[in-house]
Amino acid sequence: MESLEIRRKSLIWISGLTCNGNSHSFLSSTSLSFNTFLNSVNILFHPALTYDREFKDIYEDILEGRLKFDFLVVEGAVSKEKGKVYFQGFDVYEILENLKNVAEYIIAVGNCASFGNFPALYSEDVVGLNFRFDQKSGFFDVGFTTKSGMPVINVSGCPAHPEWIIKTILSLSYGYNLKLDSLQRPKDFYMYLTHDGCTRNQYFEWKVEAEEFGTKEGCLFYYLGCRGPLTHSTCNKILWNDKSSKTRAGMPCIGCTEFDFPLRSKYFETKLNIGIPEEVPLGVSKRAYIMLSGVAKTFTNHRLKGKLEEADQ
Amino acid sequence: MVRKLLKEKKREEIVKVASKLFSERGFYNTTIPDIAQAVGMSVGNFYNYFESKEELAKYIMQYSSSILGEEIRKISQMDISTKEKIFLIVRRFIEIAQERPELIDYFLRIFLSNREVFSEGCEGFLCVGEVVTELMLFLEEGARKGDLRQQDFFPAFVTIMGPLGGLVFLKGEGILPKNPIEYADEIGENIWRALKSDEKV
Repeated sequence: MESLEIRRKSLIWISGLTCNGNSHSFLSSTSLSFNTFLNSVNILFHPALTYDREFKDIYEDILEGRLKFDFLVVEGAVSKEKGKVYFQGFDVYEILENLKNVAEYIIAVGNCASFGNFPALYSEDVVGLNFRFDQKSGFFDVGFTTKSGMPVINVSGCPAHPEWIIKTILSLSYGYNLKLDSLQRPKDFYMYLTHDGCTRNQYFEWKVEAEEFGTKEGCLFYYLGCRGPLTHSTCNKILWNDKSSKTRAGMPCIGCTEFDFPLRSKYFETKLNIGIPEEVPLGVSKRAYIMLSGVAKTFTNHRLKGKLEEADQ
Repeated sequence: MVRKLLKEKKREEIVKVASKLFSERGFYNTTIPDIAQAVGMSVGNFYNYFESKEELAKYIMQYSSSILGEEIRKISQMDISTKEKIFLIVRRFIEIAQERPELIDYFLRIFLSNREVFSEGCEGFLCVGEVVTELMLFLEEGARKGDLRQQDFFPAFVTIMGPLGGLVFLKGEGILPKNPIEYADEIGENIWRALKSDEKV
């Protein structure tokens, strides 16, 4: 029987301009997921996880053709100029150029590697791997694909959900065909909205608004800046730590999986013009949204009026 | 299709006649036979169009709201300044009040005065949703562009509708010395000054 070790795909994780939030997120996955991952994927190098070999030795082995690997995971924004961003003493520009045709898959983990995110605000040359915000002016040329034929796969989020990182890589390692959206994110995780599965949906439907954070009651959309109906994520479908999500805990979604995350401001405030939200849920016109809201506000859902723990309906 | 259009046309005719009768005689003093007779149809046939007098009363409000809403929508979509749009909304409202006085009279004398008739199915904004929605969209856009001052919706809403309602009421009472349309620009200017952001002239 062939040993499991040989069949495991291998992975190298490098960092650009990053707070390492995605590494923290990755390490916060559930023990079941993480064990499955470690049993399926051989992590050759991760700056916070592996210690048996130096990056320079692994890198040298790859460049000399002595070592093959499958997944190049990039965390953090990168620069389109040489000599700007370094990882373990090597120019990230050169690492990417040298490894782009060696890796089967390149995964951009987090919003910085996907879209440039906050670091890109400070310098024109700072980008994501394929995108700079929503423009296809990232590090790699438009149309770039890796050996597998796939483009860079963006697992966006600030940070990306640990299960999205793990399940994206596992799906590819098991040979599943991943469908991507126009921002090159796996549809399995980004075709839904944060709103889907939110425990506050009934409050949204009946326009019962929360005015403070951390409560169990009320919709966070109208006053508290919640981006749930405008943000692609499965935060309320695949819960964080198997337990909760921002909106479940009474914290609005801040839209961290989208390219415009760092371009907005006032994350805890809904932009209103004469009391009307400037942006409305994806897929409906402002007219339709106002019409429906007006009708909903006319009626009262008595169950939603008070504190849930005190209500008996 | 033709049948549907004919039915729609007849409904409009009933609305025109009924709103006039309601406004003149009051909701309770107007009967279905009165309306049927004025339209020139049998009482039985009337019920093919409306289930009851209350249903007709609600429909008239929705009908008026959709006419006015459509006009506001057209103006909103024009490529002119927010100030010009306000002037045009005022002018168009007064014109409609003159073209279809029965609808405005109905609003003032029936809808506002007989709330019990409208308490189910027409409460809140349910029967006037189109006007309110179009004004919301207009005000939102004006504020988004920086032309209008940020504030809650309702003060802005009554700042527009208040003067217009007041003017047609005075006209109805026969105490306006001039033709209402002659006041259009002054009212438009008042509403604009009340709503504009501080830096706008």
